[in-house]
Amino acid sequence: MSHSSTVDASVSGSTAPAADGVTGFINDWSADKQTYHVPWGKAMMWIFLVSDTFIFSCFLVGYMTVRISTADPWPLATEVFALSFFGSDPIPLILIAIMTFVLITSSGTMALAVNYGYRKDKKKTVILMCATAALGATFVGMQMYEWSKLIGYGVRPWGNPWGADQFGSVFYMITGFHGLHVTGGVIYLLVVARKVWLGHYEKKGYEIVEITGLYWHFVDLVWVFIFAFFYLL
Amino acid sequence: MAYVPLADQDDAHALHDPQSFVTKYIWSQDHKVIAIQYGGVAIFVGLIALGLSILMRLQLGFPDTVSWINPAFYYQAVTMHGMIMVIYLLTALFLGGFGNYLIPLMCGTRDMVFPFLNMLSFWFYLVSVIILLASFFVPGGPTGAGWTLYAPQSISHGTPGSEGGILLMLISLAVFIIAFTMGGLNYVTTILQARTRGLTLMRLPLSIWGIFTATVLGLFAFPALLVSAIMMGFDLVLGTSFFMPAMMELGAQNDHEGGSPILFQHLFWFFGHPEVYIVALPAFGLVSDVISTHARKNIFGYRMMVWAIIAIGGLSFMVWAHHMYVSGMNPYFGFFFATTTLVIAIPTALKVYNWVLTLWQGNIRLNTPMLFAIGFIFTFVHGGLTGLFLGNVVIDVPLADTYFVVAHFHMVMGVSPVLVLFAALYHWYPKVTGRMFNETIGKVHFWCTFLGTYAIYLPMHYLGFLGVPRRYYEMGNTDFIPETAQVLNANITLAAIFVATAQILFFINIFWSLKHGEKAGGNPWGATTLEWQTPDTPPKHGNWGDELPAVYRWAYDYSVPGMDKDFVPQNEPGEEYEKNAHHKGA
Repeated sequence: MSHSSTVDASVSGSTAPAADGVTGFINDWSADKQTYHVPWGKAMMWIFLVSDTFIFSCFLVGYMTVRISTADPWPLATEVFALSFFGSDPIPLILIAIMTFVLITSSGTMALAVNYGYRKDKKKTVILMCATAALGATFVGMQMYEWSKLIGYGVRPWGNPWGADQFGSVFYMITGFHGLHVTGGVIYLLVVARKVWLGHYEKKGYEIVEITGLYWHFVDLVWVFIFAFFYLL
Repeated sequence: MAYVPLADQDDAHALHDPQSFVTKYIWSQDHKVIAIQYGGVAIFVGLIALGLSILMRLQLGFPDTVSWINPAFYYQAVTMHGMIMVIYLLTALFLGGFGNYLIPLMCGTRDMVFPFLNMLSFWFYLVSVIILLASFFVPGGPTGAGWTLYAPQSISHGTPGSEGGILLMLISLAVFIIAFTMGGLNYVTTILQARTRGLTLMRLPLSIWGIFTATVLGLFAFPALLVSAIMMGFDLVLGTSFFMPAMMELGAQNDHEGGSPILFQHLFWFFGHPEVYIVALPAFGLVSDVISTHARKNIFGYRMMVWAIIAIGGLSFMVWAHHMYVSGMNPYFGFFFATTTLVIAIPTALKVYNWVLTLWQGNIRLNTPMLFAIGFIFTFVHGGLTGLFLGNVVIDVPLADTYFVVAHFHMVMGVSPVLVLFAALYHWYPKVTGRMFNETIGKVHFWCTFLGTYAIYLPMHYLGFLGVPRRYYEMGNTDFIPETAQVLNANITLAAIFVATAQILFFINIFWSLKHGEKAGGNPWGATTLEWQTPDTPPKHGNWGDELPAVYRWAYDYSVPGMDKDFVPQNEPGEEYEKNAHHKGA
């Protein structure tokens, strides 16, 4: 880089030592070359996730609005989402508790995968990514089970036996949209895991595992909100 | 974890020039080719929308002379004209066209950060356009719900296009949003992460600032449109009741219950108002560069211009309900949204003052791009001032459903961005093609367009004051509107036909000049920004030859005192800069 020596050193922020806090923030944003000291893919994933946050926010705001504005009573979550085992009394929210547990666990395995990725431990990374994908697939499978139960009860997007029509509409729409995100994430995880296994990132570095992880944690985080707004309120 | 920025990477070996015709011009990942593809498709659909507007004007100016323009067709034309112009022409051309062409060149990179995603962005855009145009050929034709697609009208039986057109419209919008997201992520990441050596954010040309902020707005605003399109699609296909209330439809009770039509309006305008600035901010940026270059003066108040762009972008998310004063929402909201709307006038006015002060005592070259840029200042001030009227609830309520609103938004976000588009197309034409356009035809084109648009939209303000309602196929028996309004209407139609015809000059000019124009050379305008300093014109694949440029100064060193020539390119080392670097022992 013969040219860089002639550039005013004060503007070459990326070569300056990193500072913390406000100073670091100002240094990053007034630097040349790049604003964040991260690979492109990671920056792009963060921006995408902010955009995706707006999508889910719009969905949830729409849900809140129709729930407030509908005149019919809203079905009771504790009764709708209850499940009985071997003829026991129905236990409220048991299935969804298991589903949430599974999804949160998958965030843990994902975080471990990122860690082993940066240690260049290919085998453990792949195993943990596959475990994450398996947990994600389990989640989607349980969601399908829940949907089939609700469909069996007669819950449809355009109506249900207990109250406001919008209950089924928003439930299928939002959990469906989230389920698509999880499904996409499972595929994404498997594709990246395969590439890790084949050694595609030996030279390029394992940032891609972290980028996949960002997406995965985001999907989990969104679930926490959906869980709270649909099942607890 | 430290990460080596692009500018410090050894990149000479990374270039693989595409060899075959197909990879070079069709499935191309080169940002310049993608930009031209985007631009070509956008201008093509724009012409369709222009044709629709002429048909609408024929009906309004000379009612019932064209036998096949019936009320249904008229509403379909209104809808498709609006939607195409705002989204498929202006958004696509500013961001997909100019964004793609200028971002890598002005930032001194070889391409977008993810060229493959960039290519997909264009092809998704093309698919969305094809789906949109396909709605002309389905039974019932395209949707006639008005470009805002308000529920419940948009999916009620009896609205033109409720058979299939509305569904195709919603699908097309969803595909467009996917295309935009792929492109937009690329633009934002490229600007933030892939600038060349010495190019700090505060040395970026304003074009990039405008495109950058508009793209961020798009990434945050289009989700609302996507969500409303999905919900409306479910209302239509699955019979849900998100937006549809229980009501009588063609004499029968419909199947919906308890939906909220006003929710659709909120979601739509949460997208719709930022969308105004998605179109306007790139125009602000591009016009700043055109004005500065052809006035041979640095842009007045560069930092304020940047902050104004950011402030407008932020505020644009807080004003959406000023489109809904007459919607029946809680009137107390009106006060809040009127206030934010008027606050947004401050950074906007600041930009106008700065453009005028850039021109002040400049060494102005009145060539075609500059004429269009100055014309933009006129139309924008004009449309902006009527916006101040409409931003106030008490004035908006009587005017909201009249031609005053049509005149306002056509001046401010129809004509003004289009004038900037022409300024920018003429300004960068020599770089894109390597040849100059014909200056005389360009000037004739400008005067026809500029004066013609005033002949169209100025009288519309008066129609609005008279209370002539907008979106009406014909007036019927309206005692309060004088007969003479029809004279105005007829004249507006003649002016519209004149302006539309005059655009032929533009196409003759750019196509004729492709072959017969004078050779332009690398930097015909004497401009400072990086795209004019490329080793080849038009720039080749990879843009910069063997080594990326380094930037030593801001983008506006025009007429610097004590210099031989009246501009200093951004990549030209200055004495004090070299001294500084030497001093530090680098």
